[in-house]
Amino acid sequence: MANIFTSSIGKKLIMSITGAFLVLFLTFHMLMNGALVFSDEAYDAIVNFLGANWYALIGTVILAAGVVIHFIYAIILTLQNRRARGKIRYAEAKREPNVEWTSKNMFVLGLVVICGLLLHLYNFWYNMQWTEIMGEHTNSLGMGPKDGAVMVRDLFSHLGYVIVYLVWLVGIWFHLTHGVWSMLHTVGWNSKVWMKRLRCISYILATLIVGGFALTVIIIYIQGLM
Amino acid sequence: MNFKLKIWRQPDAKSKGRFETYEVTDISADTSFLEMLDILNNKLIHEGKDPVAFDHDCREGICGMCSLHINGEAHGPDTEITTCQLHMRKFHDGDTITIEPWRSAAFPVIKDLVVERSAFDKILQAGGFISVNTGGVPDGNTIPISHDDAEESMDAAACIGCGACVATCKNGSAMLFVAARVSSLAKLPQGKVETLRRANAMISKMDELGFGNCTNTRACEAECPKAISISHIARLNRKFLISRFKN
Repeated sequence: MANIFTSSIGKKLIMSITGAFLVLFLTFHMLMNGALVFSDEAYDAIVNFLGANWYALIGTVILAAGVVIHFIYAIILTLQNRRARGKIRYAEAKREPNVEWTSKNMFVLGLVVICGLLLHLYNFWYNMQWTEIMGEHTNSLGMGPKDGAVMVRDLFSHLGYVIVYLVWLVGIWFHLTHGVWSMLHTVGWNSKVWMKRLRCISYILATLIVGGFALTVIIIYIQGLM
Repeated sequence: MNFKLKIWRQPDAKSKGRFETYEVTDISADTSFLEMLDILNNKLIHEGKDPVAFDHDCREGICGMCSLHINGEAHGPDTEITTCQLHMRKFHDGDTITIEPWRSAAFPVIKDLVVERSAFDKILQAGGFISVNTGGVPDGNTIPISHDDAEESMDAAACIGCGACVATCKNGSAMLFVAARVSSLAKLPQGKVETLRRANAMISKMDELGFGNCTNTRACEAECPKAISISHIARLNRKFLISRFKN
């Protein structure tokens, strides 16, 4: 077992485990965001619960490690794959039937996700948890780090941010539609019978998660207009 | 029918290759693709030029020797066939046809359209066998095997080792080939016993030979002349991981 993670399947196992962890996190994050649609107080209670305390900090570090490991292994695998493909590329290459564009562009989609994530971390994590960790009472927006609902409503009152976030969410949706079934396939939980079912489950899960996020953003924007 | 052929020419493994354009005329629609190349080669020999080197053997889709990438597709513009089963009726009169060798670091070009595919042999030597003598052919139904298992094993055993999966995969991965070989034995009682050892040995060799990592694009399955399913790759992943965790 010592060298399991140095093998090609072992590296993909790491991608699968971290990927599964990130899908779970996204699901919880989406559900927590949903609270804001119904109650600012409920959302702020969650923000306070996930502030500068040990369990939230440990959770943040584990989550960050998950993202970093997933990204590093994506780079390692992509570089190895480019090397294996050889220096000379086909002069002509057709798209194979039934092969999704997503499956061949997971790294590019991953970069879109990372870019959106950096913006998102600045907008919220930096202005919430980080401000609290640093012991400051106001963030770069001049608000308190625990005024989560106010911060979110302020950001999504700008149409530009709404569009940027929706584009980011589309990137995540595409990434998940391939990532979810691919992760199960990599650990061996697939068969001829389950292939279609797993792909269907991937689309449903991706749509539920991303749809939940997108709806929250759109509803908050509309609520801001009223 | 008349065609313009854009063919990859490379004198040897060390030289740089390039495309050269040839014209073939009066080709019958019922001519096979390899016969069309034979006609071109006859013409080139008569003109005192070097004929185009390409792999072929049985010319009936079972040996896995033919290996051309035609107009951007492994084995050309048809499904579930090898290049030798491709006919000129699949093209239009006046078409320009681009013919390239398999492109993969593990399959270096030897000459023109011929590539070195001994990496597949090395993977098979690492574990694609049953290590004990299982005797002669037993009487039918002596060893009970379910119909589903027999079918799945036969489906996997249809792999002819042509390398279209590697040639098509954007990662140059040989997972479909290895998975087919592991599955065909794993579903039968004689081969089942050594499945874990076999999966471990063949994947280790595959990694060592510089093949890429499978990212489940399904391109290999789409271009495989024997339509081998990537569900075999799921089985291979499962067996390999169990084998490594057990060790």
